Amino acid sequence: MSDQIAFVRHEALQPSPPPASETGLVKWLRENLFSSVFNTFLTILSIYVIFRVLSGLFPWLANGIWDAPSLKACQGILEGASGGCFAVLTERWNQLVFGFKYPSEQYWRPTIAFLLLLVSVAPVLFSKLPRKLLILTGLYPFFGFWLIWGGTIVGPLISLCGFVAAYYVFVQVDKRFSFAVGLLAALVTAILVWSLGGPLKSTFEDFIALEAVPSRDMGGFMLNIILGTVCVSLSLPIGILLALGRQSNMPIIKGICVVFIEFIRGVPLITLLFVANVVLAYFLPPGTNFDLILRVIIMITLFSSAYIAEVIRGGLAALPRGQYEAADSLGLDYAQSMRLIILPQALKISIPGIVNVSVGLFKDTTLVSVISMFDLVGMIRGPIVSSTEWNGIYWELFGFASILFFIICYSISQYSQWLERQLATDNKD
Amino acid sequence: MTMQTDSAAGNFRLSMLISDTRYRSYTFQLVAMILLFASVGYLISNLIFNLQTAGLSISYEFLEEPAGYDINQRLIEYNSQSTHWRASVVGVLNTLLVAVVGCFFATIFGVLAGVLRLSNNWIVAKIMAAYVEIFRNVPVLIWILIINAIFLVSLPQPKAFKARGGNPPEAEMFLDAFAFTGRGIYMPKPVLQTGGMLVLGIFLLSIFVMFAYRRYARSLLYSQGRDLPTFWPSLGILFVPAIVIYFVIAATGELPIVLEYPALKGFNFKGGIWARGSFVALTFALAIYTGAFIAENVRAGILAISKGQTEAAASLGIRPNRIMSLVVLPQALRVIIPPMISNYLNLTKNSSLAIAVGYMDITGTLGGITLNQTGRAIEAILLLMAFYLFISLSISAIMNVYNKSVAIKER
Repeated sequence: MSDQIAFVRHEALQPSPPPASETGLVKWLRENLFSSVFNTFLTILSIYVIFRVLSGLFPWLANGIWDAPSLKACQGILEGASGGCFAVLTERWNQLVFGFKYPSEQYWRPTIAFLLLLVSVAPVLFSKLPRKLLILTGLYPFFGFWLIWGGTIVGPLISLCGFVAAYYVFVQVDKRFSFAVGLLAALVTAILVWSLGGPLKSTFEDFIALEAVPSRDMGGFMLNIILGTVCVSLSLPIGILLALGRQSNMPIIKGICVVFIEFIRGVPLITLLFVANVVLAYFLPPGTNFDLILRVIIMITLFSSAYIAEVIRGGLAALPRGQYEAADSLGLDYAQSMRLIILPQALKISIPGIVNVSVGLFKDTTLVSVISMFDLVGMIRGPIVSSTEWNGIYWELFGFASILFFIICYSISQYSQWLERQLATDNKD
Repeated sequence: MTMQTDSAAGNFRLSMLISDTRYRSYTFQLVAMILLFASVGYLISNLIFNLQTAGLSISYEFLEEPAGYDINQRLIEYNSQSTHWRASVVGVLNTLLVAVVGCFFATIFGVLAGVLRLSNNWIVAKIMAAYVEIFRNVPVLIWILIINAIFLVSLPQPKAFKARGGNPPEAEMFLDAFAFTGRGIYMPKPVLQTGGMLVLGIFLLSIFVMFAYRRYARSLLYSQGRDLPTFWPSLGILFVPAIVIYFVIAATGELPIVLEYPALKGFNFKGGIWARGSFVALTFALAIYTGAFIAENVRAGILAISKGQTEAAASLGIRPNRIMSLVVLPQALRVIIPPMISNYLNLTKNSSLAIAVGYMDITGTLGGITLNQTGRAIEAILLLMAFYLFISLSISAIMNVYNKSVAIKER
């Protein structure tokens, strides 16, 4: 024993650094790639697969030829080396995007229409944007139609006037009488305006007119986008009505909606496109000459509205009964309770489903190539692959089409996930 | 303040049909009925008028006439002299073949990818996520065409498998049994010899016995708490009797089941099973596309079972693999199976895209060549729709029964 005063440490020792195998990159690798023998095996296998894919793909992409008049010329330049012949994309770019009949000096019109589409869809997608922009969205269908199909602007203007007048009448009547009377009055007004304005169209044929392009000249990826946007936007209101009808307690209306929805969902889209192609004309009054694209739009809209109706019905069913009862106890009538209480919540729940259906529908627009319409896939399978210059080229074209669809569909589904997070009002983290 | 009283049934006024909520629904339904009948009547009168002007009539007699075209893949006897009806039946069977094989492989791809996507191996999870996203976001028609193009362009023709002039052949068979050619895939075919039926019968019987045993083990577990082993015994019940019989018969004479290998005869393979390029392209594309959707369902189903369930089971002292089979899986399956079946249904409906690769399913025979040859568009398409509708409705009926049986019994 010494009389030395024992040393007393005043602060805690610094913890010694964790062993090298338990920190940083090494730890991450151990936990995520080599945690067990089986995992190590899987990791090595995956790396091998990725290596094989990349080693095949990389030279093909890197040696790619972007400028050649035909497949023969392309192979001549490559001299047997592995490489893609992407020249087909640059040479046939306009055909892939606009189809092969759209007048080439008018390509600026669909391009502008597409850019405007992005602008006018934005306020619908992002609620932070100023609400005034929604006016642009409302105007877009008429302006876009005029840009793509051409003709005089009087036609779209008259139909716009019909809608505006109908809306005005509806608001006025709805305030004084009831929702149903308002709808009826709006319908009458719209029909009145359209039938009065119809003759004006032929009178002012050259008033601010663009070169008219018939529907059968639409093609390429433009056709996919037209079909996708038109059918999704038309099928939303129809789908809501069908869903409400299916949930209603009036047996006849419910029956009609159930039969329609189950019938449409039970048959493949192809058969409906066959109907549009060969059968629908029999059911129309003699002399009416709907063009194919319009008939296809009708059938695809019916198709997707049935699917959207089922999604919205799911949303309606998921609302607690208390919401319906609360609306009733406030003394709201059916139209009011649906508009103010039920549908806003039900639609919010169904957004992911609606987006899924829309993505599926957009992908399904490629099916029109089966009834010999020349959308993106139809252009590839038809005029491009069967041309003498590019006969026998597949991967570059299908790869291009896949990437195009992937970009659009993937970004839409990412958007829907983002929106879901934005709309989550409950307190789940 | 005025009191509102429901007017008695006696003093019913006509205006109550619109203003009284009790009667208004009758008005609406009547209007809907009238509109429906009017529009259907309008369409049908148009149809009748159009048919009369074109000199046509609705008749299914064409089904009795000889079809006059050939179908390259047929599961039943058919030649070009057979009737259109027979051709349609061949098409139906081809559709069902694609649907069944496609669903089988889609389930394998989907379950594998769904489980592996939740794996704690980072690179595997990412690869599976990439698979799911890539296949879900590209149209199935493009996948079918891409895989068909592999057969058209990339795979060697059968004659490339032949050694010529001392040179080794350009292509070789896989394991000497499988040949991947541009015309399709050739693979060995099991052929039953004498006694083969017996082996097969025993095997089928052991499947039943195995399920009976598992049922018995489970009932014992629930009623008495006795825990019989199931994995090894069921494996034994499944394979041992059939293998024993196989070798007993083999010892007495020739083998009861032999494999017939495809062999190169001339410029083509003979023998074995020939899966046509169009069939393989269609089935594989549908399976791998639908598999991506099933993977998402499986993942969602597993994630839907809260961790508390696993922990509660563990705290009761249940072993990990038992937790999976007794607690997690039964609940996860309740979430997984309904969307899985609707994915099967989608696969079946998407199989109508066969027409894009020239596979002769019902859309290719009845909706394709028969329609074009006879010009009976309305009849053929109605029949086509009726077939798909029948399949869809029967599958959803089965699904409803299943949903009822697994629904959580609430008090």
